[in-house]
Amino acid sequence: MRGVGAARFGLCLLFHLLLATLPLRAEQIVAGLSQSNIAITANYVGSEILIFGAIQRDAPAPDGPLEVVITLEGPSGPLTVRRKTHVNGIWVNTDKLIISRAPHFYAVATTTPLSSALSATEDLRHHVSIPRAIRAVGAASVDESPRYFDALIRLRKAEGLYQLQEGTVDLAQNTLFRTSIILPANLAEGSYKTRIFLTRGGQVVDTLETSIMVQKEGLERWLFALAHEQPVAYGSLSLAIAILAGWAAAAVFRMFWA
Amino acid sequence: MQIYLPIAEVSVNAFLLLGLGGLVGLLSGLFGVGGGFLITPLLLFIGIPAPVAVATGANQVVASSVSGVLTHLQRKSVDLTMGATLLAGGLVGSTVGIWVFNRVSEAGLIDLFVQLSYVIFLGLIGALMLQESLRALRRARLSKLQPRRSHTWVQHMPFKVKFRTSGLYISVLPPLVVGFAVGILSAIMGVGGGFIMVPAMIYLLGMPTKVVIGTSLFQILFVSAYATLMHAVINNSVDILLAAVLIVGGVIGSQLGTRLGVRLKAEQLRILLALLVLIVCFKIALDLLIEPTELFSIEVTRP
Repeated sequence: MRGVGAARFGLCLLFHLLLATLPLRAEQIVAGLSQSNIAITANYVGSEILIFGAIQRDAPAPDGPLEVVITLEGPSGPLTVRRKTHVNGIWVNTDKLIISRAPHFYAVATTTPLSSALSATEDLRHHVSIPRAIRAVGAASVDESPRYFDALIRLRKAEGLYQLQEGTVDLAQNTLFRTSIILPANLAEGSYKTRIFLTRGGQVVDTLETSIMVQKEGLERWLFALAHEQPVAYGSLSLAIAILAGWAAAAVFRMFWA
Repeated sequence: MQIYLPIAEVSVNAFLLLGLGGLVGLLSGLFGVGGGFLITPLLLFIGIPAPVAVATGANQVVASSVSGVLTHLQRKSVDLTMGATLLAGGLVGSTVGIWVFNRVSEAGLIDLFVQLSYVIFLGLIGALMLQESLRALRRARLSKLQPRRSHTWVQHMPFKVKFRTSGLYISVLPPLVVGFAVGILSAIMGVGGGFIMVPAMIYLLGMPTKVVIGTSLFQILFVSAYATLMHAVINNSVDILLAAVLIVGGVIGSQLGTRLGVRLKAEQLRILLALLVLIVCFKIALDLLIEPTELFSIEVTRP
């Protein structure tokens, strides 16, 4: 533990030294990510990213509990939420809500329960909590829409695509913070926006935004591009593989069984 | 061993996919069905998005049917004249089916329509086949003599053609109509239609079971190749990596199935296929009847 403490102290010193020359506010966030881009290759099974940083002060810390809230938001896209109802004795999808845009991935990590780290007003302003963030992105004005948004959040939470991790941000000496967020295997490509909020008494003191690029690499990238840019060639290739494999199997087995 | 699929955008176990491909290939070789009605629900079950599951399933069906057809061609158990006739009707039927599909989609009833089609047709065909083949099995046990079916209404129709491999001299109209009807259904249900085609050939056209399987695979090959190409071009939803792994399992399974099929009696094969069809029907019916624990579902709109 002493080693970890010393390392933290060292890191803290480093940040202080680095930032001595920058223009300062009362309390300011300095942060880093363990990686700035994630490559999806054929053997990608999910990854963990580390978000860490320090709080820079030019004056003694004011009163009130200091908290850190970190969000990670994936690219958004349109989706349809369907609802089954009981019609003439059978359960069938009857109703739906089309949500024009909703993030594919959204995670919130905090030092304490979100409700105490961030006031409701600030949540409304910055769209931090999962319901606020999802609703800020996707707009729908149907009376029944809350039920569909709730269902969307519930289903995606179950899949690990929407995460609320209260108390998972470590804050040491009111200065250094770190957390890790697990990215699932069924990740969508695009820019992942990271936001870090520094709050005191539920009020946002400082925010910092940065992003991580998630991209397919190698074979995955080539196939995806081919499928979208040369669909006829791609379809023919799929067929050729299928026909060749079928023929090869028949030929091999003919020799084998004969 | 996990493998990330570029189009489906999910990571799945490669051995699980090999196993699924092998199982469906085995059934395909054994019964002469493409296996579309099995592979699509199975892929959905392991978390592949629906459009990718349907399109890639079609691609895997191409491979297993090529493999099966070649083996049957070698054994001279494919009626090419009959296959071509069914296919001609089938392509027209598919076009009509796609039109019906779009009309029903616009009315917002497509899910119900598809599921009810599955239950009704699988249930009807499964029950009829089971009943008939059990009766045939009992009859075969009592006396080795099997009465030759006579299709009087078929025999009085014009445009008679000799279907040499099937040993039939019948009008070209019934096969065209059967192909057309199966084409409509397969477009609506998103399957090759083998499980409808096989019993239709046996009971409506009176073809011998041994020829039926090769001929059915022959026509499924073309229908599923057409579907694969359409899905790739219109929806970009064929996952070539997923297909490749499924295909490796599928062609091996298909070969084993074709060989195994030779050793089983025609009646036994029909009973097994009937039971399989009834199980899938039962599962879909249960999903419709039992209140689901989750009423909501998410469908990501693909760009």
